[in-house]
Amino acid sequence: MAVNPSNQPSAGMFFPTQTPGTVLCCTCGVPMAPNPANMCVRCLRLRVDITEGLPRQATVNFCPDCSSYLQPPNKWMRFNLESQELLHFLVKRLHTRFSRLVTVCHAEFIFTEPHSKRLKIRLRVRREVLNGAVLEQPHIVEFVVHDKLCTPCSRLQANPDQWVAAVQLRQHVTHRRTFLFLEQLILRHGAATRAVRIAAAPHGLDFFFASRSHANRLVDFLNSVAPIHFRTDKQLVSHDEKSSVYNYKHTFSVEISPICREDLICLPPKVARSLGNLGPLVICTKVSNSIILMDPFTLRVAYINATQYWSDPFRPLLSSRQLVEYSILDIELESDIVTVAGSRYQLASVEVARMSDFSNIFRVKTHIGHLLNVGDNALGYDLFGANTNDMEMDKYKGLVLPECLLVKKSYEETRAKRRGKQRNFKLKRLEVEVDATNGRKGEEDKKNDEYRKFLEELEENPELRFNISLYKNENYEPSEMGSSMADVDETPSVPVEELVADLEDLDITDDQD
Amino acid sequence: MATRLQFENNCEVGVFSKLTNKYCLVAIGGSESFYSVFESELADVIPVVKTSISGTRIVGRMCAGNKNGLLLPHTTTDQELQHMRNCLPDDVVVQRVEERLSALGNCISCNDHVALTHPDLDRETEELIADVLGVEVFRQTIAGNILVGSYCVFSNRGGMVHPHTSIEDLDELSTLLQVPLVAGTVNRGSEVIAGGMTVNDWTAFCGADTTATELSVIESVFKLREAQPTAIVDEMRRSLIDTYV
Repeated sequence: MAVNPSNQPSAGMFFPTQTPGTVLCCTCGVPMAPNPANMCVRCLRLRVDITEGLPRQATVNFCPDCSSYLQPPNKWMRFNLESQELLHFLVKRLHTRFSRLVTVCHAEFIFTEPHSKRLKIRLRVRREVLNGAVLEQPHIVEFVVHDKLCTPCSRLQANPDQWVAAVQLRQHVTHRRTFLFLEQLILRHGAATRAVRIAAAPHGLDFFFASRSHANRLVDFLNSVAPIHFRTDKQLVSHDEKSSVYNYKHTFSVEISPICREDLICLPPKVARSLGNLGPLVICTKVSNSIILMDPFTLRVAYINATQYWSDPFRPLLSSRQLVEYSILDIELESDIVTVAGSRYQLASVEVARMSDFSNIFRVKTHIGHLLNVGDNALGYDLFGANTNDMEMDKYKGLVLPECLLVKKSYEETRAKRRGKQRNFKLKRLEVEVDATNGRKGEEDKKNDEYRKFLEELEENPELRFNISLYKNENYEPSEMGSSMADVDETPSVPVEELVADLEDLDITDDQD
Repeated sequence: MATRLQFENNCEVGVFSKLTNKYCLVAIGGSESFYSVFESELADVIPVVKTSISGTRIVGRMCAGNKNGLLLPHTTTDQELQHMRNCLPDDVVVQRVEERLSALGNCISCNDHVALTHPDLDRETEELIADVLGVEVFRQTIAGNILVGSYCVFSNRGGMVHPHTSIEDLDELSTLLQVPLVAGTVNRGSEVIAGGMTVNDWTAFCGADTTATELSVIESVFKLREAQPTAIVDEMRRSLIDTYV
């Protein structure tokens, strides 16, 4: 008999029940069930202390500024007090010293005052003793928390304005339309979230970052949305001879091409030839990472990307600041509506006169025939009265300039009625540090004017709104528009479907049932 | 009466000695202290023989015997065999056994009437045991261990087995052996009973690590308290020896 109890029952073999007997503990004589050490638990505990040699105190480093704990050698991690992650982190810190002696089977926090700078945890450790008996014992470890500023916080404290990389974005034009648009794009795509500081500079913006890769990210983003060319430089700040570590300040000097939407350009002969003899007068219809130029008389478009442009840069002849209002006296459509490069155009010949001077009537060709009716107002470039000083134009011998080039329809009259009333959308702005040195009186008004024009442009152009987030304006009251519904000529406005609810304005509270 | 002693600082007394009712075999140690303890206990009663078996000192585990005979492994040299034949009383049959399992002390546990053996022992060896030792032979395991000679010790008055033996096994063994059995430990919780102690009908020798509890259990199960060798009637026994310096 006396079969091996580890045999699995099989093939009908009879295994009688095995009741373990009682043995006397060899030290104290109390009857107990036999165990590998043949001593009762009390005697075992007396003889063997498995927590002998385990650390009872340890230290952790804590940064009071960003409330993160140091994981040596130089990784800082944020934890809340008495959280699971903090417990895990503390046990891991002890792990190397524990692991060769005992295994940890349970851990929990013991309450300590938050200001006491002590963290206490209770661990249950397990170890095998004396030929196979496994003993489990609780063990308390106290962590002393030492305050130490982490490297980024110390750098910040030493010099709060410290930056490592800067992006200097410039566009040498007289208006700030591009920057208003870019600001919205940057906000939407979050390209400048890591910026330490944003400052306004003449003809552009400066972005400051704490690391070169963040700056690089912004430059890459700009490369994809605007025709830019840039150069990068670095300046040595300090270097550690022993470990050959060099600290630099990096700067990216980014320049956006001065060609903007609705600019009138006279192409240099070389560029015109390379684009297939595109008529020297072109209008820029769209600027993204490439420039789209359109000949208004032949409705031909050409694309110039950033590298092409910067290898042979040219400046616009007239820009949208110099648009003049014209009144349409007569219109004769000459062709059907065609779609070119995503926009619709119709060739027509019109009779126009400047609003300021009805004595001169011009008969010109235009490409926006589908928008114009008799009696409308349109904005266009006054080439008759303009005094252009372009070197490129002089290279063309026998170039006949039209007296006027209409560009877009004007909504000035209807807009004048609506001035002062709220729009149904609003935009977020970037936090830009304004350069206080150039504080002339006229600047403020000019800026407001430009911003208002930018908002009107957004309203007119659905494709401009494509990449921008427009937020619902809570204060907008549509009932006021009822009075102007009688107007035949509806001013363009943003349809409600395109508006996004501004989450920051929402009041989200926890529902307590 | 139970005595506590050490062989060269080692508490495994049952490894280095073999005690029966008719004789005692002792290993040759560096100092005479081990031998002298046995001698002081047993000198007048039974012969105490200093020997080696096949050149080793682990005499307790290599041989098995009782008052009728002594079995030695095939590795025993002729000189040792002769020496033992000379020293032991004439009615003890000394026999060399041709057996693959040469540590007979680990494989066979016996008293004067019954023997428990390793389940894989040869048939011829089993017959030889029954013949030479004059006992009834049973193949058994103790608490799942096949080395019965290491994990149980019994004399004609009582016996002790491995502490993890279940109650059913204990009852069965007790019925087989016809002596009261107890599951216990020796040498402060060691399970190898026969390695830690050696016993006969009136005295026992245990390792020095044996606790007072274990000693009292041993004395009670082997009925040593009132035991006297039949030859000596009125001599008082010395109390427990703790250590020899």
